[in-house]
Amino acid sequence: MELLIDLAIILAKVIGLTFMVVLPLVPLSVYFERRFSAIIQDRVGPNRVGIPLTLFGAKKDFHLFGLVQPMADGLKLFLKEDFTPNYVRKSFYWLAPALTVIPALVTVCVVPFGSPITVNGEEIKLVIADLDVGPLFVFAVSSLTVYGITLAGWASNSKYPFIGGVRSTAQMISYEIALGLSIIPLLLYYGELNLSKIVQFQADHGWLLLPLWGHAEGPPLAEKLLFLVPALIAFVIFTTSIFAETNRMPFDLPECETELVGGYHTEYSSMKFAMFFMGEYAAMVIGSALVVTLFLGGWSLGFGLDDSISALPFGGLIHMGVFMAKLIAFILFFILVRWTVPRFRYDQLMRLGWVIFFEAALINVFLAAFVIAAPDLGWISTIVGLVLLGIVTGGLIWVLKTSEPESSPNSGLLGQS
Amino acid sequence: MAVVKIKRPDLRTGEKLYLGALFKGFLVTLKHAIDSLRGKTRGAKAMGSSGLGATMQFPEQRWDDSMPDYYRGAPALVTDEQDRERCVSCQLCEFICPPKAIRIVPGEIPSDDPWAKVEKRPKEFEIDMIRCIYCGMCEEVCPEQAIYLRKDYLISGSSREEMVHDKKKLYEIGGKRVGLVNKWNELK
Repeated sequence: MELLIDLAIILAKVIGLTFMVVLPLVPLSVYFERRFSAIIQDRVGPNRVGIPLTLFGAKKDFHLFGLVQPMADGLKLFLKEDFTPNYVRKSFYWLAPALTVIPALVTVCVVPFGSPITVNGEEIKLVIADLDVGPLFVFAVSSLTVYGITLAGWASNSKYPFIGGVRSTAQMISYEIALGLSIIPLLLYYGELNLSKIVQFQADHGWLLLPLWGHAEGPPLAEKLLFLVPALIAFVIFTTSIFAETNRMPFDLPECETELVGGYHTEYSSMKFAMFFMGEYAAMVIGSALVVTLFLGGWSLGFGLDDSISALPFGGLIHMGVFMAKLIAFILFFILVRWTVPRFRYDQLMRLGWVIFFEAALINVFLAAFVIAAPDLGWISTIVGLVLLGIVTGGLIWVLKTSEPESSPNSGLLGQS
Repeated sequence: MAVVKIKRPDLRTGEKLYLGALFKGFLVTLKHAIDSLRGKTRGAKAMGSSGLGATMQFPEQRWDDSMPDYYRGAPALVTDEQDRERCVSCQLCEFICPPKAIRIVPGEIPSDDPWAKVEKRPKEFEIDMIRCIYCGMCEEVCPEQAIYLRKDYLISGSSREEMVHDKKKLYEIGGKRVGLVNKWNELK
């Protein structure tokens, strides 16, 4: 009986959180993508699709601000002909779209959506699986997405998709390192790999990037403020790497229309294309969920209000609302970046990943360690350590500068004469 | 002119860091977003914006008033002030039409008609609006000033047959045009 109840709770969590919270976020973010990019570009965007009351004799349509547009898009893709070119490698061609969606949805299970709620005297955590290796699990599973993309590129048996797939692999490998290294400072600071506990820590002691409350116990304010320096560096590196991992705009080399027609999904149509689309947006949702959880306090409302909200009968749901608001705000930031930063060139992307972010993340780990260990080390050791770190950093920058190929003032056609 | 060599500007360290420029870019895009949400986009008033961005929302708002005089819309046939068909079916437009959209079947005017001296008028005159490219060559070539490009731009149909404008439809669009050449009537 106990087991049955437990199973029912798990099933309810899976259905509730994955299929009723995250999956609807995918069409919602598509809608925001279209609407917000329209607003940025001084346009209107899709604002018509709604309930066609005029068909039933009413004076005006009920347009719902076009919120139904993604559904109409989905319906259109669903009804389109599912065309399989006859030169593709069929089994992989069919497998690839599923392989991009599933990892993105699996990673949902470690994201804490809210503080625990109490039902019938039993505490239920708003996490599907409260793993003690949260971020590691996310990295491990979400990097499987690249299999889908690479397989799609290879199985399409055509040039541009293949280049897209290869690019995606290289990009994933380069940025996975920076991604993993950049959160090590946070793990040192939290002393914890469990995402729920990380959020609880931020609720109690202030968000990582906004440590303004909860100074009674835990680390003192000075240390928190000092830790802002490595935290900000980690935030920049992590966010940028997430952009690269999700193939979003400044790094959307695997699918750039202008160079590769459509990249890895050139040969796909109908629902298979829709699955790539869904996988991409699901990855974006998960990526922003991870950033919000690690850096921006997850479901915590902040300002020391979290304990009183958790004490409410369904305070967990309020926290879930807060988390959703933060998530959507960060998705909007994703879109803003898309229309601000032009696409990187491929060699620039690789240079940024291997030469700059990798080293910066590595130095950042030591910097964070010094900030955390400073009270125990005493003055002299800390200063000596920082000087050593400064020398290493300077050396790295010097190597970077000297290894740069000497570029003539006018390279290219004009520089040859 | 000789080749002018342009040196790329030397960037300062701050500029090489890229983050400042990124931040400025965010401000620019955000400014556009906020302006268009407030209905204050540059040029919104001149474009007759609907309040969001600079876009005119089509079926409700039309740009007909600001359409230029030289706008080339649907080609149409016109009658003169005595309701005579101007077209004498010389077939020059059919000949010049680049996409071959025009098809004319010439017909004779019977001798008991008051306009018998004109001798010919089209029996059938069809313009296939799927083919028409709105180039205006028919208007240019017509010696009788019988065919004109009007400002109609909403030409739609649910079948290919509907998209072929026949003589009746063409005169309906064209209407009457007065005060041009009066070659055939007594007004001179």
